[in-house]
Amino acid sequence: MKREILDRLLAAKAAAMPVALVTDLNTGLQTLVYEDTAHGGFGLEADLLDEVRRRIRQDRSGLLTDPQDEDGFRLFVHVHNPAMRLLLVGAVHIAQALAPLAVLAGYDVTVIDPRSAFATEARFPGIKLNHAWPDEALAELKPDVRTAVVTLTHDPKLDDPALIAALRSPAFYVGALGSKRTHALRLDRLRDEGLSEAEVQHIRGPVGLSIGAVTPAEIAISIMAQITCVRRGENHPC
Amino acid sequence: MNDTLMADNIVEQAAAWRAAGRRVALATVVSTWGSSPRPVGSQMAIDADGAMAGSVSGGCIEGAVAHEAAKTMEDGEARLLSFGVTNEMAWEVGLACGGQVQVYVEAVE
Repeated sequence: MKREILDRLLAAKAAAMPVALVTDLNTGLQTLVYEDTAHGGFGLEADLLDEVRRRIRQDRSGLLTDPQDEDGFRLFVHVHNPAMRLLLVGAVHIAQALAPLAVLAGYDVTVIDPRSAFATEARFPGIKLNHAWPDEALAELKPDVRTAVVTLTHDPKLDDPALIAALRSPAFYVGALGSKRTHALRLDRLRDEGLSEAEVQHIRGPVGLSIGAVTPAEIAISIMAQITCVRRGENHPC
Repeated sequence: MNDTLMADNIVEQAAAWRAAGRRVALATVVSTWGSSPRPVGSQMAIDADGAMAGSVSGGCIEGAVAHEAAKTMEDGEARLLSFGVTNEMAWEVGLACGGQVQVYVEAVE
């Protein structure tokens, strides 16, 4: 890999900019394809550029070969998308277990809690903290299709505005901590707020896979397992 | 926490080693068939002393890949390696994980 390509790839990754490194396996030449431009050792025709960008959107690395000629071009498309994000509402004990677990799984984690006695560096070393009200924090952080949102406070004043904002975003996972009874009451409140049945049913609650989790760490594992299942497990019940 | 456990930071690791003056090769899984343990795009950085970060399988082919990576660091030529498994050759190539993988090995300039 040429130094210039490496430097540009690192810069794109540091800036959380989606990019694909395309390697011509026949020649070893490499080109970086961004959403709106391309740069590198060889040019790609418009239809191939479109295909590479489609794969960036699908987060799908893989070979791209000439359908007409098996001795034709042979490209490897390596998609580098920004890290998946996890937004945790509530700097509670379970969040202290879930945040580092999610970091280990490759997520960019932000803990949101306006109660600054909870959301402290001492309790969440190295984790991004946001002290805004959850709905304001979500408006600022803009959950996208690569974002999961989990509410953990048990306090409707904090959880409900976060859930409403999350359900109206493209977030791929929305979960809420609470027992079946707590969750049923929560759904009634959200319906009263004008959310549709389809919207409220999108919430994973009680949050997490059913593995009999008891301790904060075990509950964190069940939540991370469910997020993983929703992301990866096309044919698995989550 | 070990940084290399986290997803997709092997290029950064390779660049850091390179910046420290070490010779480095980067190995990337470019295609898989069957039950290969690491998905396409998985990477491993290797330096001239044999230090490794990341993985391209469940530990079955890393040694062989590191061996080829040493050649790439020597001659600067990229290599496309294929690892398959049949019952007869499973021990020979050490691919007890099953499945087939192709790994692209390139030098980091």
